[in-house]
Parts: sequence; structure tokens; C-alpha cells
Amino acid sequence: MNPLDSITGTIISGFVLAAILTVVIKAIAGV
Amino acid sequence: MEIASIVRWLHLLAGVTWIGLLYYFNFVQVPAMAKATADKGGPGPAAIGKYVAPLALVWFRWAALVTWLSGAAYLMGNGQLINSFILGIGQSNLYATTIGMGAWLGTIMLFNVWVLIWPNQKKILGIVQASDEEKNKARRVAFLASRSNTLMSIPMLLFMGSASHGLMF
Repeated sequence: MNPLDSITGTIISGFVLAAILTVVIKAIAGV
Repeated sequence: MEIASIVRWLHLLAGVTWIGLLYYFNFVQVPAMAKATADKGGPGPAAIGKYVAPLALVWFRWAALVTWLSGAAYLMGNGQLINSFILGIGQSNLYATTIGMGAWLGTIMLFNVWVLIWPNQKKILGIVQASDEEKNKARRVAFLASRSNTLMSIPMLLFMGSASHGLMF
């Protein structure tokens, strides 16, 4: 099942990606 | 008045136009087209495809380009363009890492607009010739690219704002 096939799945995936990338940014910047 | 302020203003205006139309396509037009197609006694989706979608796509794809160019110009003006696209790695540059992550997401989204969405929409809308099989494939590719952009817009907007206003955690 592809989360992109539903609007809800797309939005939830977007928030999850935002959280993951925030951690990545903090790790790269060392803060 | 600083040129940087005008460029940033242009970036925001074009960005709202681009992402607003992206959300229109994903949250309104695609579900509405499906409903109109399923409604056998109704007026059908033809008018949306003929009059609304082509005009929306004009504003959509050119706003995407203006957004990217004005964003790149803004970063060039404040000396952070290269730093941002290398994500400030090894620089302890939180601004460059944060806005760079947003800039990379925006760059992937621009690629999706011009390389995946627009050429496939031309087939779907009949602007270029395509067989039914090609149209069906084009629908799926354009749909997934559009949905991917909606997904990526969520972190992209977060990081565009967070570069100056702080991360959420």
C-alpha cells in the first residue's frame, strides 16, 4: 500500500519526514 | 529599501502561488475529477480538464520556476547559496543547513514539476498526442510526482521558516 494514494497518508508521511529531517539538520549543524 | 527584501517578497508570493495550486490539485481537483467521472448523470469532468486544469498548470509551473530562481537569488545575495546547497556540512552553520534542506526539497519539487508533472499532464490533457495506454501511465506518474511534492512541501515549508525563526525541537 502506497501512502501517496491517500491524502491522509501523504500528510502524515510529510510530518514524519519533517521530524526525521529536523534530527538530521541538528546532527549536521552540531546543535 | 533593500533589494533582498523585494526578492524575498517575490519568493514568498511566487511560493504561495505554487504551493497553493499544488494543494488545489491534490486536495480539490483530483478528488473532484474522480467524483465527476463517477457521476454518470452529471456534467462530467470535461470542463475542468479543458478550462481549469490548463490555466492552473500555467500559473503552477511558472510560479515554481520563479520561486526557485528568487530563492536562489536571495541566498546568493546573502552569500549562503553554496553553503546552503552543501547543507553547511563542516561549517556549524545552522542557517545554511536548515534553509539548505528546504532548498534541496524545493529543488527536487521543481524537478518534479517540469520533468515529471508537466510533460505527463500534456499527454493527459491532450496537448500532445498519446495513446490510451500512454495516458494511463502518464496519469500515474503525474499523480505520484504531485503527491510526492505535497509530502515534501510539509518539511520544505518548515525549514524555510525555521532557518530564521528556529527549529521546532
